[in-house]
Amino acid sequence: MFQHDIQTMPVPDLRRLQSERLSRQVARLHARVPFYRDKLACAGVDPATVSGIDDIAGLPMTGKGDLRDVYPYGLLAVDRAEIVEVHMSSGTTGKPVVDAYTAADLDIWRDVMARTLDMGGVGPDDVVQNGYGYGLFTGGFGVHYGAGRLGAVVLPMSSGNTFRQLQTMQDFGSTVLTCTPSYALYIAEFAAQQGIEPATLPLRAGFFGAEPWSLEMRAEIEARLGIAAYDIYGLTEIIGPGVGAECVRQDGLHLFEDHFFPEIVDPDTGEPLPDGEVGELVLTTLTRTGTPLLRYRTRDITFLLPDACACGRTSRRVHRLMGRTDDMLIIRGVNVFPQQVEQVLLRTEGVEPHYRLIVDREGAMDTLHVEVEMSESLFSDDLADLIWLERRIESALKAELGILARCMLVNPRSIERSEGKAKRVFDRREVTTHVR
Amino acid sequence: MCVDVEVLEQVTVFLENRPGRLQEVVRLLADRGVNLRALSIAETERFGLLRIIPDDLEDTLAALDDAEITHRVTRVVGVRVPDRAGGLAAVLDLFTGTDVSIAYMYAELSGGEQAMLVVRFEPQEDALRILAEADLG
Repeated sequence: MFQHDIQTMPVPDLRRLQSERLSRQVARLHARVPFYRDKLACAGVDPATVSGIDDIAGLPMTGKGDLRDVYPYGLLAVDRAEIVEVHMSSGTTGKPVVDAYTAADLDIWRDVMARTLDMGGVGPDDVVQNGYGYGLFTGGFGVHYGAGRLGAVVLPMSSGNTFRQLQTMQDFGSTVLTCTPSYALYIAEFAAQQGIEPATLPLRAGFFGAEPWSLEMRAEIEARLGIAAYDIYGLTEIIGPGVGAECVRQDGLHLFEDHFFPEIVDPDTGEPLPDGEVGELVLTTLTRTGTPLLRYRTRDITFLLPDACACGRTSRRVHRLMGRTDDMLIIRGVNVFPQQVEQVLLRTEGVEPHYRLIVDREGAMDTLHVEVEMSESLFSDDLADLIWLERRIESALKAELGILARCMLVNPRSIERSEGKAKRVFDRREVTTHVR
Repeated sequence: MCVDVEVLEQVTVFLENRPGRLQEVVRLLADRGVNLRALSIAETERFGLLRIIPDDLEDTLAALDDAEITHRVTRVVGVRVPDRAGGLAAVLDLFTGTDVSIAYMYAELSGGEQAMLVVRFEPQEDALRILAEADLG
C-alpha cells in the first residue's frame, strides 16, 4: 500500500494529527488571509482557542460564492512568488473558482492521486491512458501526477478523438483508463461499432469521476470493458481529483482525511449532522498552503459510513455521491436527482443509458420529460410493444422518483455523446419565473 | 378463383415526434431513387411508425443505415382483392372462425383493376395456408 503508515494510522493518532494541523492552519489563515481574518472575527473565533479537531464546528464556513467574490487571487495564503501552478473551474455558471498550488501543494496532490490509483493496484508495470482533459481543468494533471508518482507509464490523451484512443489503447497495451464514466461508456460503444469487442481491450481497471454515476452504470462499464471500475472524487476548490477514492472493496470512498477533513451538514441550515445522516459534504484543507479553505461547502450530497473498512485503511469513507445540491431538481415539490433516472434506465432491459431530462412548466404544473434512446434490438414493428415499453419505463420512474414523468423514445445515438461531463438536464422553467 | 397472394418485405421506420421527421425520411428515400409501392403511418402522440413497401429493399436499408435511422424488416402479405363491392369482405371472411387475426392493414398506392392490400396476419403462416387453399368462386 502506498504511504501505508499514514493510511493505516490508528484513529486516535489520526485525530491528533488532524488537530495539530487544524490549529496551525487556522493560525496561518488568520495571519495571512484578510478574507479569513474577517470571517473569523465575524464568527467570534479567537484562533488561539482552536486546539482540537472538535473545535471545527465553531469555525466559519466557505461557500462557492465567496471564492468567486475574491477571484482571482483573494485567497492566497502565501506570496504570489511561491505559487507554481494554477487550475480553475470552467466558470460556466459564473466567475471561475481558482486553485493556486505551491510546490508543497503539488506534492500533496501527487501523493493523494498516487493513493487513489494505488487503490486499484496501479504500479510501474501499468500503462495509464489518461482521458481526462489537460488544461485548467484539474482532471488531466491530477491523474498525470499520481501515475507518475507510482512509476506507471502515462499516456496524456485528454478526452476526445475516440478512434485514436482505441488505437493507442491497443498499440500500447493500456491497462488503466481514467476519464469520465460517460466517456468510458462511449469508448465501449464506439469500439463495438468499429467491430472491436470492448472486453478484449487490454484494460484491467478504470478510475472514473468528475460527474455523478450510479452503481448500475458501474456494472455496465465493468461488463462492457471487462474491467474493475473505481469511483474517484475531488473538486477543483480542494485540490482536484484525489480527495477520496474507492478501494478494491468498492464500498464507499475513502477520504484522504489527513489532508482534507470531512463533515456532513444540513444543506439548508449548515448545522453539522450526526454520522450516518445524509447531508452536504464540507471539507477543510488541513495541509494546503497556496489556497487553503476552511469548511468548504462542496454541495455534494452523501453520508459518512460507520464501520472501519476491511482493507486496513483507517480513513473514513463516504457513500458514493448521491447528487449535488445544484443538480437537484425540484419538480412539483419533489427532489429529483438525474442519477435516479439513470438507475431506472439501466435496470430496464434493452434501453441505452443515454438520456436527457427536460423540465418545463405547463400552466402552473411542472412537467418532466425523459428522452430515452431505444436500442436497435428493442425496436418493434408493433406499436403496442413500444407503447408498453414507454409505460414500463414510466411506471419504474414513478416508483423511483415518486412523480409522474413522461418517457419519450428517441432514435439510437440521437442524444449527443459527451467527452467530458455529460449535459443531461434541460430546465426550461427559468424563462417563466422571471416574468414581471 | 384463387386469391393472388405475395409475401412482401416491409420496412418499419421509427419516427421521432418532431416536426419534419417524416419529410426527412421520405426525402432520404427519394434521393436514393426508391419508389414506395405502399405506405402507412401509425402514430401515438409521442412517436410514429412509418411502414413502407419499397420497390428496392437494399437501397432502402442502405439509406436508413447511413442516416442511422432505426428500422426493422417485417414480412407481410400482399393480397390482391377484386376492385368491386364485397371484394375485401370475401377475403376477410376466409378467416372467420380461425385463429388468424389481423394486426394491421393498408393499401397499395397505385391501384389497377385489382387493389393490393398489405396485411400483417398473426400468425402469418396459418394465414398464408388459408389463402393458398381458398377459392373465392
